[in-house]
Amino acid sequence: MAVETRVIGQRKRRLRYTPYLLIVPSVGIIALALGYPLVWQAVTSMQQYGLRQQFGQPADFVWFDNYIALAADPELWGVVVRSIVFCVVTASVTMVIGVLLALLMNVVAKPVRIVIQITMLLAWAMPVVAAMTVWTWLFNWRRGVVNWLLTSAGLDFQDHNWLIEPLSFYFVAMLIIVWMSVPFVAFSVFAGLTQVSGEVIEASEMDGATGWQRFWTIIVPMVRPVLAIVLLLQLIWDLRVFTQIHILQGAGSIVNETHLLGTYIYMLGTGASDFGMASAVSVFILALTIALSWFYVRSMLKEDES
Amino acid sequence: MSEATIASAGRTRARERAEARTATRSRVSWRRARRLVWSIVGVVVSLVWLFPVYWMLNSALLPNAVLEKLTPTFLPFGGSFDNFVAVIQGGTFLPALGMSIAVAFLTVGVCLVFALLAALAISRFRFRGRTSFLLAVLLVQMLPAEGLFIAQYKLMSGLGLINSVLGVSIVYIAAVVPFTIWMLRGFVAGIPADLEEAAMVDGLSRSQAFLRITFPLLAPGLVASGVYAFLQAWNEFTVALVVLQDTSSQTLPLWLQGFVQASANRATDWGQVMAASTLVAVPVIVFFLIVQGRLTSGLVSGAVKG
Repeated sequence: MAVETRVIGQRKRRLRYTPYLLIVPSVGIIALALGYPLVWQAVTSMQQYGLRQQFGQPADFVWFDNYIALAADPELWGVVVRSIVFCVVTASVTMVIGVLLALLMNVVAKPVRIVIQITMLLAWAMPVVAAMTVWTWLFNWRRGVVNWLLTSAGLDFQDHNWLIEPLSFYFVAMLIIVWMSVPFVAFSVFAGLTQVSGEVIEASEMDGATGWQRFWTIIVPMVRPVLAIVLLLQLIWDLRVFTQIHILQGAGSIVNETHLLGTYIYMLGTGASDFGMASAVSVFILALTIALSWFYVRSMLKEDES
Repeated sequence: MSEATIASAGRTRARERAEARTATRSRVSWRRARRLVWSIVGVVVSLVWLFPVYWMLNSALLPNAVLEKLTPTFLPFGGSFDNFVAVIQGGTFLPALGMSIAVAFLTVGVCLVFALLAALAISRFRFRGRTSFLLAVLLVQMLPAEGLFIAQYKLMSGLGLINSVLGVSIVYIAAVVPFTIWMLRGFVAGIPADLEEAAMVDGLSRSQAFLRITFPLLAPGLVASGVYAFLQAWNEFTVALVVLQDTSSQTLPLWLQGFVQASANRATDWGQVMAASTLVAVPVIVFFLIVQGRLTSGLVSGAVKG
């Protein structure tokens, strides 16, 4: 009897420590590669950290001077506003098209569905840099097929440079990002849709619900968890978009007029070698992201509890 | 109730049934027509979405003299693999491929092990600090990597891991592990603990039960997460840009970007650039299409119901 209790006790104790052992590797690597840089960044954002410090000079603490300088900088505010607008517009367009495609996959014949899925997979699988290269070729001002198509359609797009105007630069960037991100949205939402039982849909059809009503009153509530997390991820990914903008800038735009937050930090960090300022902007993005996502994080935690 | 009323009630019922039948029939044919229309829409959308990928292959097969013509050539008749041969003979492609493979496999392997352990902890145990851990996981995955790369560069140069597979992989693992944990958590939670317990009642130990019962059921989740991690590592650009500075240690995205820029110094040879993009994209696409079948197989539902 006593032995048995001891065995059970040992088992219980072992089980009590098991979860901690299980999360140690993940916690460790996150602490090393994200936690430490995060702390370093927070500290550096309050220092005067320029070229000289990179060659070993000690950094002076200036507390919030970097932030104050940034808050007074109209260029930064321009970048912030552009980034937020770009992020919201791109994420919304991606969501709408993604959901429409998921619905489409749900109603087409099976072979067509497979064709759509393979297409989506191809677009999704395209490495960002390869996709960017292809799209810059499509929009190339001299021999790009887009200009050729528009010119053939009777519009004046001969030798039109899409990247020189900031607005059309952002339009091209958005088009590319939407093309790349829609597959993820479409697949996730489609997976969610397959969970909606066909019987419920059929019953609502019998009751005379229109497609529109069906969509808003049955489908949306049922796939809402999927929609929420997918939208959240889109917003976050589009807010920190860097690679696409960086490469498009390299393909011939006026760099100073087309910065978004990601490229702005890169410019501060590598171009101007001002780690203090770059860190301050990074901390700002960070705060913005967390504020943006806090609501969703809470709702996901709730979902986990239920 | 008189016989007459019973008879009339019977007639009404018969009429209702007949009406319901024709209504069903017209509903079925209406549904078929609708499905056909949507299928055509689906095919058109697929073709549009596919076009950039097709255009990459098409241009890769055509010599530059053809691409320089004012009217684009839409089919690669008379094309050749000369562009590919030229790119590979350039001599820098294969080392970059090797580098990318090493980084991607290290990232996927380590990430899956770490994330699976943590996902088990979250969904199989209730422990103190669990909610904080979940919160941390959710917040960490939202950290904009573009806001951290300068700090990560400082970290890697401090550890002497600049230009090394290990250094860049550590950053990738930390970046991918949170999302992978969250994804696997869903899959683990979808497998009822009853299954494991039943196996334990039948005399298997906890770890045996896990390996023989839960693990095979997790396969689709692991594949999906693995694909996600692989794509992130294979396509990542920003961190690689600052951590892998040597041309000899470039991953494929960096190599491609370098190739485009080197080509742009002369008049851009779009044929070769597209061939290079194809070489970067094809391994990903092939890998993706192979695992696609397993991604969608409903192993879990079969096991629980069967």
